[in-house]
Formats: sequence, structure tokens, C-alpha cells
Amino acid sequence: MVNLTINGLPISVKEGTTILDAARKLDFTIPTLCNHPDLCVAGNCRVCVVKVLDARTLVAACATPVTEGMNVMTNSLSVRTARKHIIELLLSEHLADCTKCYKNGSCELQNLANEYSVGDHILIDLVPYHAHKKDITSPSLIKDDSKCIRCQRCVRTCEELQGVNALAVANKGAKMKISSFFDKPMHEVICTNCGQCINRCPTGALVERNYIDEVWEAILDPQKHVVVQTAPAVRVGLGEALGLEPGLRVTGKMVSALKRLGFDSVLDTDFTADLTIMEEGTELLTRLKKVLVDKDTEVRLPMTTSCSPGWIKFIEHTFPDFLNHVSTCKSPQQMFGSMAKTYYAQKRGLNPKDIVSVSIMPCTAKKYEADRPEMRSSGYKDVDYVLTTRELAKMIKQAGISFNNLQSMKYDSIMGDSSGAAVIFGATGGVMEAALRTAYELVTGREVPFKDLNITPVRGMEGVREANILIDNCLPEWSFLNGVELKCAVAHGLANAKTLMSNVRDGKVSYHFIEIMACPGGCLGGGGQPIPTNKKIRQKRAEAIYEEDMNMPIRKSHENPEIIEIYKDFLGKPNSHKAHELLHTHYTRRKRY
Amino acid sequence: MANAGLKRVDLIFDQVNVKEILEKTLKKEPEEIIQDILDSGLRGRGGAGFPTGLKWKYTATEKDPVKYIVCNADEGEPGTFKDRQILDEVPRKVFGGMAVASKAIGAKTGYIYLRGEYKFLVPKIEEELEVFHHILKELKHDFTIHLRLGCGAYICGEESALFESIEGFRGEPRNKPPYPTSFGLFGKPTSINNVETLVYAFMICRIGVKRFHDLGTKDSRGSKVFSVSGDTPKAGIYELELGMTVERFVEEFGDGDTKAVQVGGASGFCVPRKKFSDTIIGFEGVPTGGSMKLFNSSRSMYNVLHNYLDFFSEESCGQCTPCRIGCQQLLLGIQAVKKGEKNSRYLDELIKLAGTMKLASKCGLGQSVGNAFKSIVENFKEEIIY
Amino acid sequence: MIEHGSQVKELADKHGRRRDSLIPILQGLLEGRNYLTDEDMVQVAKELDISAADVYGTASFYSFMDTEVRGKYVIRVCKTISCSMKGKNEVLRTIEDTLKIKVGETTSDRQFSLLETNCIGWCHKAPAILINDTPYTELTPEKVTEILQEYIKKQ
Repeated sequence: MVNLTINGLPISVKEGTTILDAARKLDFTIPTLCNHPDLCVAGNCRVCVVKVLDARTLVAACATPVTEGMNVMTNSLSVRTARKHIIELLLSEHLADCTKCYKNGSCELQNLANEYSVGDHILIDLVPYHAHKKDITSPSLIKDDSKCIRCQRCVRTCEELQGVNALAVANKGAKMKISSFFDKPMHEVICTNCGQCINRCPTGALVERNYIDEVWEAILDPQKHVVVQTAPAVRVGLGEALGLEPGLRVTGKMVSALKRLGFDSVLDTDFTADLTIMEEGTELLTRLKKVLVDKDTEVRLPMTTSCSPGWIKFIEHTFPDFLNHVSTCKSPQQMFGSMAKTYYAQKRGLNPKDIVSVSIMPCTAKKYEADRPEMRSSGYKDVDYVLTTRELAKMIKQAGISFNNLQSMKYDSIMGDSSGAAVIFGATGGVMEAALRTAYELVTGREVPFKDLNITPVRGMEGVREANILIDNCLPEWSFLNGVELKCAVAHGLANAKTLMSNVRDGKVSYHFIEIMACPGGCLGGGGQPIPTNKKIRQKRAEAIYEEDMNMPIRKSHENPEIIEIYKDFLGKPNSHKAHELLHTHYTRRKRY
Repeated sequence: MANAGLKRVDLIFDQVNVKEILEKTLKKEPEEIIQDILDSGLRGRGGAGFPTGLKWKYTATEKDPVKYIVCNADEGEPGTFKDRQILDEVPRKVFGGMAVASKAIGAKTGYIYLRGEYKFLVPKIEEELEVFHHILKELKHDFTIHLRLGCGAYICGEESALFESIEGFRGEPRNKPPYPTSFGLFGKPTSINNVETLVYAFMICRIGVKRFHDLGTKDSRGSKVFSVSGDTPKAGIYELELGMTVERFVEEFGDGDTKAVQVGGASGFCVPRKKFSDTIIGFEGVPTGGSMKLFNSSRSMYNVLHNYLDFFSEESCGQCTPCRIGCQQLLLGIQAVKKGEKNSRYLDELIKLAGTMKLASKCGLGQSVGNAFKSIVENFKEEIIY
Repeated sequence: MIEHGSQVKELADKHGRRRDSLIPILQGLLEGRNYLTDEDMVQVAKELDISAADVYGTASFYSFMDTEVRGKYVIRVCKTISCSMKGKNEVLRTIEDTLKIKVGETTSDRQFSLLETNCIGWCHKAPAILINDTPYTELTPEKVTEILQEYIKKQ
């Protein structure tokens, strides 16, 4: 243990603790900017500098480990002067158009200015001296260099958490900036649109492309029938953006709010999550038969999931030779989109051209996914607008809705029913678990051999997890699976996905089925979820999701009555010709860089 | 106490039998070598002045079997050109110093990081290295030196930025602690020394501790190579005993009209005429890596300061706020005062800002910008304003 | 572009494919060409299995790793204080007039590029310039004209 004093108060901490963490234990908050709990220490913004007696300079609290007998002052005159200077320096380089900025009210620089730098700014405005770029080429994100404070959180996120490295620090000195490859537009490089950088950007330099005005226009257009679908992870995250504690399930209030906003039909992505399980489960079993029985060399294992568009773009760039491993199933969002303008339209007697299909997603890559040229199997753009959880929160505030006071309401039909298996899509391991609950029962006629159907081996937050499920005593038509140990793997965060796929490619590991989520924690940690994010918050959201699952009357996708109905009335059976046309897709090889 | 005379010394450029000296020294125990260097009082000659013996001692005590000795040949401080001469004239003495260090700290590999602007020296250095490696083989000392080139970045002269550059990254200085002696090149214990320091260390092995220790002053033992330029009839490279006053220096090198001497380059201090006699050139006064620039009364100190601030704005690595933005603010600030866009009192605000840069910057570059800024603004205020 | 791909491979064979091979490889590509294209960086990224953005970020840090097209001979004129004091402006103007280009530009025949640089370590013989790797010192407008003529004759 190391003994030191902070602001005159003694404290003992483990060796290796930073001054920042030691101060927290004494309830002193030292301001930070480049520091983030999910990322390695940078120590470049210098906002956290504090005084250490007998040291030659001030030291960065986030980067300096405590030493025996250290005497730290977090609020001395030199510290306060430095802090004020540093914040003013950052503001001089920053286009402070707060009243127009998307991050107004939720910007960390704004908060620091509010706390430490009230009063006249004496330094020279540097913004006119720099040629700034605002990149709006991507349908998912906006990169505005005029707001960048060069904390490098986005670069570290893209490198450490995601292993994509689409962003880098370029040039030096006054010209230093955060840049894509050759400063090309974000839409042209290997950015996967996962939005993790947006989740960690302290200012408005990286934000999502927002479509709030477009959605309002549709809602307020009497000619349009606007349907909205909500992703599983939204219902455990939305509360945070409206002032509630992390980990609250706000499903009923969310539905109520959506109705008050004026959507014509409030439906659930969870419905098509169940549909995805039917399609993907069948596809997996078909692949297994073709590989194990027919010895068909054209068919590939392991099969990977395909509902994470960040993962899809990632594999298109980085492992294009593995594209035939990816399930051909569309994501639940896109399945919903194509069903909304065909099945739903027919059932409701609506003209699909009058339907505007909106989705609320914890995800920014979904905005890119909706724009993909192949996502038009209904004959129209299947999903017209994608809003993030954050955008929905803004709309709720704009409409003057008191979210906390709302009564719970239920989803509409005919695409509003779902199972517990569907809601767990929002957590890493959820798709795998949902698929197993259905596939296992389909093949053996029995429920999965786990208490309360909770397949705990695939749950948790480790980056890469494995689970082997023994299949035995199968129904006659599935007898070829008798004795097969189904090898499953789950990865979340693209850096972990990269490691896993590299091992698969090198033959170091062998699986039948892999679930990959681009975002740490799965969709609950998605690029469109409320900010801030850290491991604790994501853990709370995960707990909420599994709680929601336990509270659903139906826990397996194939038992969802609306699913049974859609096959009976419209699709025929899983992987039917019609299902292939509307619910399945193909992928595109993309450049390595 | 200052030295009365301006004593020229011939330790650096003297041609010696490198093999002989090495043979004798490599027979010693590492502890003995380190003690000699400690006793000599040798401090780093690159500008920072860290006691060389201590640096070698710290590195030697690390348990890691892999260690490195790195020669910092990224001489980039404006007005410094002595390492170029040393590498051109007596490269084998530099390698000799590295070999002695390798014995002292227990390293098997060494790197020379040579600035890209000195690329024309590479053929000679490679040739000499081949001969030197041969000598080492004959002496049965397991030590290999690799040559790495910089590519136009002043900041890579900073020790941790230099490591980053060799490792294939942007030359961005690291957080310290940990220090290079425990976590240096490739994360291994590393002793990084200036070209000149290594030659002095080598020569101490030849001439003995006392002869070096008795030169100079209590805080600045020994001699140093100075690179003199600017308004002087004697521009060039000189090895002199440490500890003279600026006054004595100007007597020797000035053109009769010297109004200021910039000691230590752009990151050093500007000494005005009225302070010549009070200022000692050494670690107890104004230290320098060798750069000595004389300005006569025809020079505008505004132009000088502007030049230095422009230099720093470009060469800063850009990662930390006080340096990246501070340099730009200081530069634009003095321009604004000159143009009358800002009141002269703004200079006091800029001096306070320079003070914050000194305390809060992540590395020596940002911490040193304020030296030139304060010393020029405070001593030549009228020239800055009008 | 295929040419660049095999050159990168050769350089990687020579220097290795580790992270610390990156700068020697880039320096090898710059030899004789004086600038790096985006295609170069993609090839290097492929060879070292790192992202192209990472290669770009590293290269753009170093002043001598140009990403704009440069000529066969890059003239770098020192603009730091000693050279500035000893007639660098006249030398610069002479180069500009002789080659008909301004700082930052390249001649239309792609032979010469003119850039400014910071202290190159010849302050006692200022003003000084580098033409590719070769330093030229104690320059006057006459001397620099002579030097340029020699380079021009070399074509």
C-alpha cells in the first residue's frame, strides 16, 4: 500500500493507483477530458494537471502513479491558473457555436467551461486560422474538425476497442488533426459506422447524422402512414437519455411516448428478431446437413450471424474471403422494413408507397445499413429513417412529453409480439442463445437443458466466449446430428471479432456457429446509445435485458403466435422462396484500406 | 565560481587509438566503469544535463536481460551543429562511448538515431561501423550498433519521442514515469545519451576521472563543445572549459556590438547585455546543448522571437493542449501586439500563459518555449511592442 | 502502380515486416522519388498488416515524408534564425526566380520542388539549403544560381 496526502487529507491506496483514482476515493473530482474508463491512459489534454510538492512541473493526475509520501494539491493557485488556461486554450481552437450544436447541453468542454472558465476570454480566436472540414458524406456519422479538441479518444477507441484503425492522428504542431486515411471522406474508407467513436467524443466533433426533422415531417404528413420499430437494446438505454438511472426497463413508457409522438403504428424489432431466429436457425441446420451429410464443399462453416451492420462492413473490408460464411439473413431491422411494406401493408390494406418505415436503434451503422442499395426488396426503400436512442430522446423532449409520468402501453399488432429470445438480441451472446433455444428444440423436440432456458455459458462480458452444446436423441429427420457437439463462439467489439476470425482463418479454432456484435457489450453498448458509457453502465443494461427476457410470457421465438401467423399467411416456411426474396441478402467485397 | 579564462580543450576531436582504450576499459567491471563516470561529474551534453553516471547506474540495476544503449544524434536545436562535426571527424569515439556504456549497463544492442538532415553522413558512418564491429569482435565484446534515420522532426530529439520513432510510430513523447532507464526503447531499460556525452565518457576512460573532474566548476564539471553562430567573426565549433561568464564569451566571440546572446537555442534563454557579467554558461547558470547565438544591435529581437515561436508551432508534436495551442497563441499574440491589435499589457497575459506552458506541458519542448519567450519579452519589451 | 507494389515487397524483405520496419520502408520508398502516394501507403499497410490510416498518420508526422507530389530534386531552404539573419531571403528569391516556382510548388517538368525547412545544422555557414540529401552552405544569390545550373544541366 502507498501512503500519500491529497489536499491535506491522508489516504492509503494500492501501488500503481493514479493520482486521479486516489483523489476519487477521497471524493475529490479532478477534471479530465482525454481520459476514458474504457481506454488506455493518454495524458495529453493536460486538464487534469495537479501540483505535487517538490516536483519541477505540474503532473497529469490520470497518468501519474502515486508514490510514498506524495503531497498532492488539486486546487492550488498554479493548478487553478493552469486549468483555466488550458480550458481557454481549447476554447480558442474550438468553434463554439453551442446554440446550433447537436451536443449543446451534453458537451464535456462546455461543462468544463461552465465549471472553471467563466468570464472574458482573453486569448485569440484560432478558428479562422485553420482550414476546417465538416464531413457529412457518411449516412451514419458527421465528423466536424472545427469542434475537435484532439483528445484522441476516437483514435484510441477505433484502435483499442474496435481494431479498425480508421481514424489516426495526422501531421504535427499547429496542423495536427484527427484524420481518416489521406483525409478521405469517411464514407470512402474502412470506417464500419459502429459509432463507438461518437460514444466517446467529448464534444460535437463526432456525432450521428440525425434525421429528426425528416421523421417529424413524415409524422405530421396526413398522407403518410408512419410505422416505427424499436430495437431490444433501446428499451434498456432510453431512460438514461431522459434523466433516469442506468439499467431501468422503460419498454411500456417508450411505447407510450412513441404513440404520443404520433406514429401511426408502434411495432417491435423484437418481432423480426424472432423471425430472424426462424430463418437463421433453419439456415444453420441446412448448412450443418450439407456439410455433415452431403459433404457439400460449396457450403461453409462456421456460419456467422449477420444482424450487426458494423460487423458486416468490417468483414467486407477485412475478411472478404469469409463472406460466404456469413448468414444470408438480413438483420431484424431490415426484415422488419421489407415486411412492413409487403406483409403489413397487405394486411392493413395500405399502399406501401404511403408507408414511411422508421426504426429506433441503439446503433449508427443501422443508418448505413438502411441505405444499402440491396435493401429494397419490398420495391421501396425498406427502412426509410433510422433514429438512434439519443435522437428519440430529443424528439420526446421536443414534444414536451414528461417521460417519467407516462403510463405503460403495449405494442400494436401485427408485428408487435415478441419472445424473451428476441429481447436478448440486445446483449452480446443473445442471438446465439435465442438461436439455440429454437434450433435445439426443433432438432430434439426438447427444451435446451439449461435452467429457466438461460444458456449462461454464452452470456457475460469477456471479449470472446465459447460454448459447446451436445446434441443427442434427435428427432428422426435430424438423426445426423446425434452426438454432434455444437461448437459455438461469441465475440463482441470488433477487435475481439478480428482476433476470433483470424484464429478461424488460421485454423487454430473450429466452430459451427459464431455470433459477432461490433459493439462492446453487444447492441446495448451501441454507437447510438446514451452517453456516457462504461463497463458498469453496460453491465446494468445487460442485467435489464435478461430481466426483461425472464418476464416475457413467451421465451422462444418459434412460439411467438405472430411468427406462426406470418409463416402461415405469407411466407410459407423458413427459407422458402418468398422468404429468400424478402428476408435474405448478399454482401459486397470492399477495399482493404 | 566562474572561470577567469576561456580555456580551449582538445578532448573531443583529438584522434586516439579507439581499440586500445576499449581493450583497457572493457576489462573493467561494470560497477567500476559506472563509478568512474559518476566521480567525473559528467552530465549530459545534449542540453538536459542529467548526470551520466546516474543514468547508467539506474539502467544497470534493472533486472531485464534485454537493455539498450541509444545515441541521440537528432541534433535539431537551432544553432547546434557540433554533433555533426563529431560524427564526421571522430565517429569511432562515439561508438567507443556506446560500447563502454554497453558494458556498464549490460546491453547487447545499441542504436544511433541520426537526424534525416544529416543523411549525407550515412556512408561514412556505415563504413566506420563495419570497422568498429570488427574491433568489437576481436575484443570479444558482444555488442552491435544499428543506425536509424530520422525524417524531419525536431521533437524526435526528445528521448521518449526518439524511442517512438525507432519503434515505427509518430514521434510523440510518452508519459513519465516510467522513465527510459526502466521503460525505454521497445519497453526495455534504456540509457539514451547525446553524441558528445558518449565521447566524453569514452575519453574519461582514457584520461582518467581527475583530469576531467578538475576542469570546469563544481556544478559543471569538464568541458563542452559549443557551436557559435550569428553576429560573430568566429562562427564555428569550439571545445571550451565549462563555467565561463557570458561576458567572457562575448569578449572572445562577439563582434564588438553584441546586445544579446541566446544560450541553448530556441528552447534556451536570451541573455541581454546588462546580464552578461552575471550569467554563467553552465548548469548553475544557463545550460546549453552547445548552441550559442550572438545578436548585435542591428537585429530585431521581435524577429528573433517570432522566428522561434514559428519554429515551435511547426515542430511541436501537437498532442498536448498547452504546447500545441500555446505556441500558436504566443506567436499570434506578439503579432497582434506589434500590429496594435492588442494592447501591450497583453504581453503580461502571454507571459502568464508561457508560465502555464512551462508547468503543464507534457514534455520538454512545451516546457521550454517559455524560456525564450519570457527572457526576450522581459528584456526587450520595446522591440516587441513597437 | 504494380511497380510500387513490388518495390514495397522488396523493402519489406530487406527491413522486415515488424512495426519498427515501417519507417525504414517508407524512407526506402522516398529514395529518389521524394513523396508517397496513397497507393504506396495501401501497399505498405497490406505488407505490414496495419491500417492505411495508421501508415498515413505516421508518415504525415515527419516533415520529410511528403504526401504531395514532389520533384526529382527537393530544395529545402533553412528558415531558422541564423540563416534568416544571413541572407536566406535573397537566396530564396533567387531560387524562386530561377526555377519560376514559389515555396511549396514543383516545376512543371517535375524536376524541382521548393520548400522551407527548420534548422539543418549549418548555422556557422549560413545561409544553407539541402537539395535532396546534400547540404549547400555559405550561399549567395550567385552561388545558388551556379548550383542550380549544374542540377539543371544534369537532365
